[in-house]
Amino acid sequence: MAEILVKNGFVVDPTNKIDGEKMDIAIKDGKIVKKVNERKAKIIDASGLTVMAGGVDIHSHIAGAEVNMGRLIRPEDHYKDAVRKTKLTRSGTGYSIPSTFVTGYRYSTMGYTTVMNGSFAPLKAKHVHEELNDIPLLDKGTYPLLGDWWFVLENLAKGDIEECARHVAWMMQSTKGYAIKVVNPGGLESWGFGHNVHSIDDQVPNFCITPREIVRGLIKVDKMLNLPHTIHLHTNNLGQPGNYKTTLDTMRAIEDLSTDGKPVAHITHIQFASFAGDDWGKFRSGADEISKYINAHNHITLDMGQVIFTDTTTMTADGPFEYTLYTLSGHKWVNSDVETEASGGIIPFTYKKNNAVNAIQWSIGLEIALLVKDPWKIFMTTDHPNGGPFMSYPRVLAWLMSKKAREATLKRCHKKAQKKSLLPSIDRELSLYELAIVTRAGTAKALGMPNKGHLGVGADGDVAIFNINPETTDIAKKYKAVRKAFKESVYTIKDGKIVAKDGEVVDNTTPGRTMWVDVKTKQPCIINEEMKRKFREYWSIEYENYPVSDHYVKVSDKLTVEASV
Amino acid sequence: MITLTPLRNFDVPVHASCINPDEFKSKTLKEIAELPVTEGNRNLTLSDLFKIEQDKTETPSITLNGDFKKVKRVGQGMKTGEIIINGNAGMHTGERMAGGKIVINGNADSWTGSEMKAGTIEIHGDAGDYLASPYRGSGTGVKGGYIIVDGNVGNEVGCYLKGGVIKIKGNAGIFLGYHMTDGAIYVEKQCSSRAGAAMTGGKIILAGAVSELMPSFTIDSIKPKVKVDKTQSVAGPFYVFLGDLADHGTGKLFVSKTNNPQLAFYEKYL
Repeated sequence: MAEILVKNGFVVDPTNKIDGEKMDIAIKDGKIVKKVNERKAKIIDASGLTVMAGGVDIHSHIAGAEVNMGRLIRPEDHYKDAVRKTKLTRSGTGYSIPSTFVTGYRYSTMGYTTVMNGSFAPLKAKHVHEELNDIPLLDKGTYPLLGDWWFVLENLAKGDIEECARHVAWMMQSTKGYAIKVVNPGGLESWGFGHNVHSIDDQVPNFCITPREIVRGLIKVDKMLNLPHTIHLHTNNLGQPGNYKTTLDTMRAIEDLSTDGKPVAHITHIQFASFAGDDWGKFRSGADEISKYINAHNHITLDMGQVIFTDTTTMTADGPFEYTLYTLSGHKWVNSDVETEASGGIIPFTYKKNNAVNAIQWSIGLEIALLVKDPWKIFMTTDHPNGGPFMSYPRVLAWLMSKKAREATLKRCHKKAQKKSLLPSIDRELSLYELAIVTRAGTAKALGMPNKGHLGVGADGDVAIFNINPETTDIAKKYKAVRKAFKESVYTIKDGKIVAKDGEVVDNTTPGRTMWVDVKTKQPCIINEEMKRKFREYWSIEYENYPVSDHYVKVSDKLTVEASV
Repeated sequence: MITLTPLRNFDVPVHASCINPDEFKSKTLKEIAELPVTEGNRNLTLSDLFKIEQDKTETPSITLNGDFKKVKRVGQGMKTGEIIINGNAGMHTGERMAGGKIVINGNADSWTGSEMKAGTIEIHGDAGDYLASPYRGSGTGVKGGYIIVDGNVGNEVGCYLKGGVIKIKGNAGIFLGYHMTDGAIYVEKQCSSRAGAAMTGGKIILAGAVSELMPSFTIDSIKPKVKVDKTQSVAGPFYVFLGDLADHGTGKLFVSKTNNPQLAFYEKYL
């Protein structure tokens, strides 16, 4: 395999505490190495450019039945963004839910090399892997929804955490998942009966369990199984005014589970969970309360779920929340109940600057990201496509890095939002170093990927080079240039191959790997007649046909972990 | 004035959104000839497909002579000027137009005037489906402007209409004014079923026979005449229906009393 030497770039690598130092990065056989033979290697002159590790996105809905249903109901979304084929790349469509190939190309040209799929119902695992196989140029992983799975609820209600852990391990193997995803714990099961849970101590119908017990139980399971990532949590009451209290309750309920100061849960798209005010009329930001709590505690990591003012498609397993959106917007709505596992909903949504609630939502995401002092605790996402499509990341980065950029957008927002926003009082502007944390180093650390998000020797040969010269450019003032630089990387290198150059895909031979966790429990999960009977009675797929067999995953990257049960 | 004449018959769709007065303005004949168009999957220039001539007259800005049925997106997004099509027009003609005028001396295909904001479209023949309606799945309706059709129109005309006036001198198909919120539609002759389904505002005036009325409309009154826009009012009498009640709508559906004796039973509810 070719050797590459990236010369004289300003290297920003927070994991190894390198901040804009001029140095060379050598890549050989798809890995970062100490040095390569300069005469043989392909030399990339990166002088005047910023060199970072390939981007790692912690939460983005890019594959699965839900994503595909979103594509199906939105012909008007594809109509405005048709992508023609080139000699190397395939045709496809955007906009808010790009087709699989276009997803790969667009992420890659932005310097991303790893993207984690935000959630999927285990029943639809095969569909997810078929789509992940078709997303080129990226390493991928996916999180199975386990918070409302009947076996989890039954075992946790019984108090049998070990048996629950074995079932989760079986599921992780069977669906080739990466982390435990919990969405509106208890709420999805309740939605099957037309109800929802409204606090972390509400009873889930028929199961004699509360959201508090589900979250605590699954955190214990996650620890027992030694999974690389913490549980990935979408809190109760998401998208409801005043829900920041529920979010705080959830965070307090799991405080004692962190014994070594390490995070035990990742709360995703925190913006949607930080609403204050009693109703939509009195809607305001709860960013202050949330960020104060996060600054004082270490057991939680967050991602933003930033809102972009655009036409997008919301999709989540949180069926009751999508119903709320439907009653608000009256737009076309998909509602679904996934047998014993989850629910789901999809609604197109347009975030508007002149809508007070939408504009305050925009402000909340940025407020939390800026008020949380430690960048290792909050990462940049838009919860693609719920807050906005991932192609808008450069705009979010510009807002984070430049007060001027924030002011330019805020002054065009609804008057009420301008009055209520905390942004004018926040002077913080993220540096390139902090930016590398929220987009790659921090996410890789939270995901437990020691080979990603940094440029140390032994790391994956994933490198992104951007047209920013930190010595001559004042990034806070030249936010438009920064936005452009992050939109089109000068080079994206994946596994030691140049895959994108100046915003164009130049390689179509790199499929990217699918990362999944193979948990070895001391005793295997007992597959007895009782379990098979349940499959027969409550699932539309028999036990024998349920697991995703190995041949389904085109390029498999198995991480084997030894569980302590 | 620029005159375009097709050099041959087109078998596959031609995408020519560059045929637009704003685009042609301040360009030389040579520059216009090199504007990009696609025929099927082939990238071509305007002069590959059309004979281009220029003369000194100011209006109309563009004249298209011949059959343009396969040529899509003529006048897309135009803001000023005038296009005259002496022949049939293709799909998406005048889509998203924000001003100016398009005259079609022939038939218009589907999605003519889709998502338009202002301007005038005159169709001196028939129009296809989705006249003044958004693309499938979209809720972005026509915001304003004026469309007049001498002939018949197809199905789903004026969907999601938010403003503007559509006058149809012939017959209309099903789902006329589906989901409209404002604006006015006037049909002189027959109208097929489900007119005004899911409408929440605006008015539909049906001066001819109506094949079926949605059950989710309620009768309000009988009026001797009704105003279409500032310049035209139509003599009745008209039944006035309100709906669509299934969507808590307050749209008005005026149906001719004389041409619809089958609706006389509604009068007992007045």
